[in-house]
Amino acid sequence: MIRIFESLFVPIAALLISLLLFAVFVSIAGVNPLEVFYSIYRGAFGSWFSWQNTLVRAAPLMLTALCTALAARIGLIVIGNEGAMVVGGLCAALVGIVLNGLAPFFVITSMVVAGIISGGLWIGIVGALKYYRGVNETISSLLLNYIAIAVLNFLVVGPLRDPATLNKPSSYPIGEANMLGMIGDSSIHWGLIFGLMTCLLMWFLMKRTVFGFSVDITGGNVRAAQISGLPVGRLILTTCFLGGAAAGLAGMLEIAAVQGRANTSLNAGYGYAGILVAFLARHNPLAIIPVAILLGGIRASSGLLQRSHELPDATALVLQGIIFVVILASEAFYGRIKWFKTKEATT
Amino acid sequence: MSKDITDKNVNATIDANFDGKRRQVLKGIAAAGITGLAASYGMSPAFAAKKVNMGFIYVGPRDDYGYNQAHYEGKTAVAAMDWVKAVDEENVPETIEVVKTMESMINLDGTQILFPTSFGYFDPHILKTAPKYPDVMFLHCGGLWDANKHPKNVGSYFGYIDEPVYVSGIVAGHMSKTGKLGYIAAIPIPQVLRNINNFTMAARSVNPDITTTVIFTGGWANPVKEAEAANAMVDQGIDVLTCHVDSPKVVVETAEKRGVYSCGYHANQMTLAPKGFLTGAEWNWSKVYTDYAEMIKTGKPIPNLVRGGFKEGIVKSSPYGPAVSEKAKKHADEVRGKFTEGSMVVYKGPIKDNAGKTVIPAGKQYTQTDIWLESMDWMVEGVIGTTKS
Repeated sequence: MIRIFESLFVPIAALLISLLLFAVFVSIAGVNPLEVFYSIYRGAFGSWFSWQNTLVRAAPLMLTALCTALAARIGLIVIGNEGAMVVGGLCAALVGIVLNGLAPFFVITSMVVAGIISGGLWIGIVGALKYYRGVNETISSLLLNYIAIAVLNFLVVGPLRDPATLNKPSSYPIGEANMLGMIGDSSIHWGLIFGLMTCLLMWFLMKRTVFGFSVDITGGNVRAAQISGLPVGRLILTTCFLGGAAAGLAGMLEIAAVQGRANTSLNAGYGYAGILVAFLARHNPLAIIPVAILLGGIRASSGLLQRSHELPDATALVLQGIIFVVILASEAFYGRIKWFKTKEATT
Repeated sequence: MSKDITDKNVNATIDANFDGKRRQVLKGIAAAGITGLAASYGMSPAFAAKKVNMGFIYVGPRDDYGYNQAHYEGKTAVAAMDWVKAVDEENVPETIEVVKTMESMINLDGTQILFPTSFGYFDPHILKTAPKYPDVMFLHCGGLWDANKHPKNVGSYFGYIDEPVYVSGIVAGHMSKTGKLGYIAAIPIPQVLRNINNFTMAARSVNPDITTTVIFTGGWANPVKEAEAANAMVDQGIDVLTCHVDSPKVVVETAEKRGVYSCGYHANQMTLAPKGFLTGAEWNWSKVYTDYAEMIKTGKPIPNLVRGGFKEGIVKSSPYGPAVSEKAKKHADEVRGKFTEGSMVVYKGPIKDNAGKTVIPAGKQYTQTDIWLESMDWMVEGVIGTTKS
């Protein structure tokens, strides 16, 4: 029980400290920090409109964050989120274009499968290179991002290009009938539901199953895992596949719910932002949900900061950066705060 | 909470905003409470009757010395007028985020007319959002508005920037000693190819032996590749560089560092290369945005399609740099004069592409407004490079 208090107390304290530091930054920029905080609240969570704005930005982050978070549980630092998202989106778009005209339910399901498998295999490559050849997974996944983006650029200006798209080269559309659309009357697309469900599912898998426990053991000590007879290779490949699959699904959703066709807008930085979310959530799939909403909110409020205080867009990035650094630094305090220790001793 | 009360509160908010009294805004909002704000969602922008309320959206930073800065300068010009309220947002990606930004400007700021300026904002984002807000005008920079397919409250505006590019080509033709020019471009789309062709034909009208080497970087903002391309070109003996990317900063600065000339694009880059800057092609969005603001003020209908070049004042040339010779200036001024009076035709046959194929036969000509030119997929004789990726 005490543990839960600690794991709530430390990040909340870190968040408050980062807000304080941000207030100093804003004051130096010549704006009253209280007004800025109020604007952030208003732009991110102040009304139903703002909530929708926040949630729609959080949805892809939940999925891309899983790419880093799952791999981190088995001890790998994977940053190939952007590439896996691009590949997933591209393959989903390909399937959608080819199957366009068939029953929408079938087309959308096939696109989901294509996004999951292609994204999964993409990060699977990273796992395989690591396990069989000893290649550093951070470097290989980073480089795979560039390859994915280059392939996307090549295909949308080359073989896949719809000649009707003159000044913004794009692939052929997947068809209006195959678009996912919005949840009810809101302006939030179905990607949010996919994101929430996937995070919950992965949390269950990682925290409540033998598989998840084996992953944690391998992440903690590979030698120990091998000696106790765990199939380390299979665990690494499966975990990487699952992470990549989540990011690939994010790409599929971007195509099916937002863009309707593949083009360079697929590479909008959600993958890189996902790395941040994963680290802030300490690689816990359940914690990814609130963290993604928090970052989505900060991004959503950036517009209002620019418009009502004439602050640059970088202000939101500064806030993100401060939160990131302070939360990472706060990890050092786990298990060292006396208050929690003594309480644990008495219980 | 009734609609009336909400309207009143938001009105108070907006008025206070105009006066810049932010504290008052806070009080007003606190009085309205969160529910009031929630209820204000979906309200018509009619409450801002007195001021013309404009919103601008950029895909990159406001101070990129290029495409986005040119639009920001236009926004600054309208914002300076006391009967206009102009808001803007930078670094907005071409995803659902731009939809949210547009809706937020409409719902929270009461924007009547939106200028989402990046190509990728048009389809699907503007086309899907516009029908939900029939009272708001969505004007896109560069998109081709089609009366049969697109909503009535959508429109597009663009300039024939290839005209000042042609003028830059004249100056480059005069100033180049090696006869080799370099063009660093983003992707081979019609607009970019048209600029490359104009630049090359202009330079070759001065000296028919001139060639233009083209390198496509594959993206609108690839500073590392742009610098590599610029250095590689200078190594090959190219002595005038120009570019068509979002921010010409890197190319112009690299040219200055390597001691070669440069022609600018989008905005004025003179300060980045005080020695080697020749001239450049610039947008004159201040004029375009002021015109739109006045149309709204006087209640005139807003045209769905606006196009124009030197004559309409939508584009301009940057001032000449110190290195430009008198002869080059005179020739360039003369050509600009022809564009302004409308007698200049660039695409007049015979014109061959750089594979030797005749694309415009002798006797045939395409004037500036010809729609055929907007689907250009070839590069003119004298260009070294290919559109195939």
